[in-house]
Amino acid sequence: MTKKDFDSATENQSPTSMYASREKIYPRQVHGLFAFWRSIGVFTLLGLYYLIPWLLWDGHQLILFDLPDRKFYIFGLILWPQDFFLLALILIIAGVSLFFFTAVAGRLWCGFSCPQTVWTEVFLWIERKIEGNRQQQIKLDRQELNAHKIFLKFSKHAVWITFSLFTGFTFVGYFTPIRELGDAISLHTLGGWETFWILFYSVATYGNAGWLREQVCIYMCPYARFQSAMFDADTLIISYDSVRGDPRGSRNKASDKTTLGLGDCIDCTLCVQVCPTGIDIRNGLQYECITCAACVDVCNNVMDKLDYDQGLIRFTTENQLQGKTSKQNKIRPRTLIYSLVLGLLSFTLVYSVATRVPVLLDVVRDRGAIYRETWDGYIENIYTIRILNMDAKTHQYQVTISGMDKLELKMKNKIVTVPAGKVIEVPIWIRGDPNYLTMSRYEINFRVKSIDQPSLVATEESRFFAPRPE
Amino acid sequence: MSKFTSPFWEWIVFIPTLLGIIGIVALIIWMSVDTPDTRVEGEEAKSMGHNWDGLEELNNPLPRWWLYSFYVTIYFAVGYLVLYPGSGIYEGVLKWNSTKMYNDEVKQFDQKLKPLFDKYTAMPIPKLAQHKQGMQTARRIFNNNCTICHASDAGGIRGFPSLKDKAWLWGGTAARIKQSITDGRNGNMPAWEKVIKKEGVKQVAHYVASLSRPVKNQALVIAGKKIYNNNCLACHGATGKGNKFLGAPNLTDRAWLYGGTLKTISKSIAYGRKGKMPAHKTLLSPAKIHLLTAYVYSLSASSPKKESPKKEKKK
Repeated sequence: MTKKDFDSATENQSPTSMYASREKIYPRQVHGLFAFWRSIGVFTLLGLYYLIPWLLWDGHQLILFDLPDRKFYIFGLILWPQDFFLLALILIIAGVSLFFFTAVAGRLWCGFSCPQTVWTEVFLWIERKIEGNRQQQIKLDRQELNAHKIFLKFSKHAVWITFSLFTGFTFVGYFTPIRELGDAISLHTLGGWETFWILFYSVATYGNAGWLREQVCIYMCPYARFQSAMFDADTLIISYDSVRGDPRGSRNKASDKTTLGLGDCIDCTLCVQVCPTGIDIRNGLQYECITCAACVDVCNNVMDKLDYDQGLIRFTTENQLQGKTSKQNKIRPRTLIYSLVLGLLSFTLVYSVATRVPVLLDVVRDRGAIYRETWDGYIENIYTIRILNMDAKTHQYQVTISGMDKLELKMKNKIVTVPAGKVIEVPIWIRGDPNYLTMSRYEINFRVKSIDQPSLVATEESRFFAPRPE
Repeated sequence: MSKFTSPFWEWIVFIPTLLGIIGIVALIIWMSVDTPDTRVEGEEAKSMGHNWDGLEELNNPLPRWWLYSFYVTIYFAVGYLVLYPGSGIYEGVLKWNSTKMYNDEVKQFDQKLKPLFDKYTAMPIPKLAQHKQGMQTARRIFNNNCTICHASDAGGIRGFPSLKDKAWLWGGTAARIKQSITDGRNGNMPAWEKVIKKEGVKQVAHYVASLSRPVKNQALVIAGKKIYNNNCLACHGATGKGNKFLGAPNLTDRAWLYGGTLKTISKSIAYGRKGKMPAHKTLLSPAKIHLLTAYVYSLSASSPKKESPKKEKKK
């Protein structure tokens, strides 16, 4: 820009005018079918979140991510770092599910199950209980500061912060057994990291659900931005039927809309008032729309009162709106491919978990020594084997080798008892008579098999070295 | 502070760091200034002046908290450079560095483990060798420091003695083991080929082999004994039992440091051998050496004697 432009542009405006302060949105409370389902979602998801750490399974917490011990307890399953593959698989499945559900039902996740939405719902509910409804909240915020306002604001934040702290406490309860965590708090022996993460997660809850709210969806969430790449004309969206609704205008219930020359929309702006992201759905599909369906519910209520048909604002698709199809075209190449991929991945996950053998064998060949000549003339190789019993029960394992008949396995005790969830290291020697060794290198296989449960088998390959035969 | 080869490198870190911060501040201020008024009809925001097939790029305002988050990162960067050695030329108010952090952590652990090690150090070696928990600790010290030469089972490798038999080059008493670990040992077998010639080497090798097993060619053994008595007796003793003060091995047992075949014995005599056990007094604390001594002592104490060979070597 030229100097002149610059001056004229800066003359009347503050130098930071390219940044706008957030205008607080006061979503009006909605009742209706989708509001009902949304509250079901909130109760189920948050209920599970707060309840699960308190449940026990086989003497351990139902779900516990024990990071210092590197063990994840999920119901009866104990996952080790070696099972990282499963975690990767779960994350990929979560990703593909997101694609799949978006292709079929639009931003179902955003409106009904995203933590940001779910926690904001709870915070809105608390706000409403303390400060009153939308009008009362707006009035309160415009009011001058007085004792009553201070009391209401203080109570609201106090309740929010308490709830956030409990949320943070529960979060850390997934990583440190929650009962011990509770004891640690009451005895003031909480560790540094635990304190940090409880506070971090509390601040995040309080900040995101209390203050940032729709800003997270609009400015921070990447999913909101790349969803457009997953949308097509058959994706379920929330839309205002402008053909039916326009021209808009208020009217008397008794009057006839056709004589007034109006559409079904009475321009009551309730759909704008209920919107948690502060948009006007009548302007068409916008990236801010999280498809919470609050506008659908509120508009249907209005339509009912006027004895008009429901669905002026409704879940629909672009093709339906344009009259190309009467129903959503659910079976499309996109949904077929996503469901195929999702099905394959889910099958892989179920199969891997079902056939997972909770024992692992590690063979560590001595690094310093290639081989050793024993005092009685054998060639000996030294190994340390590690048996990882990833099962919840103690097992006894028998160690064998295969690959070379002439080699003899030597160990103090060929049956190794490994307690549940433990790793046992055992020294092992393999020796061979130099008179029968014809090669300088043999590929051998170690194998452990549980005596008490023969399906628990693990193998690991290694090598045996001998001097080059003359 | 990091040690660069020349101050040039310090500046090459410092200048881009500084320029980066200044540049970002300038960018924020520049971008905060409004663009010329090119309002698009029906839109609240202004146009960026980019139009693609009728799609106008609008300059919508960012939320103000976003701007603040930019400033927070800048304050953080400046604060970090004041506190920590990030700028290249300044070590930071906290004088933090990774070496110091490591040393502090080691000191912390030493402090924490001191009572335990003190307990072990107070115990005499033979008693400590029976202490299960102490031996588990010692085993880990052994794994970290000794296995690369003596093997993970302490059974030794060619050239590095087994520590779990009863054959000792330098003595198997607690005091001698401790001395071996603390100060190290230098074993030296001179090369004899030039002195006793090839034939002499062969004869001595037969004699040495005959000390621990039956050897067929008695003529070579008898000839070898003569040469042995003239040359080898000083270190290995008249009966071949060795000398633990010189590290001269016992030649009458079945423990061979470099191998017991006639060929390897000949090689040892002809070209000599040099063995070195490094001194560990600068590497390990006295408490750890005490533990290791007990561990090695315990290995040998529990091992069977190797006197009756189970099997004759056929080569």
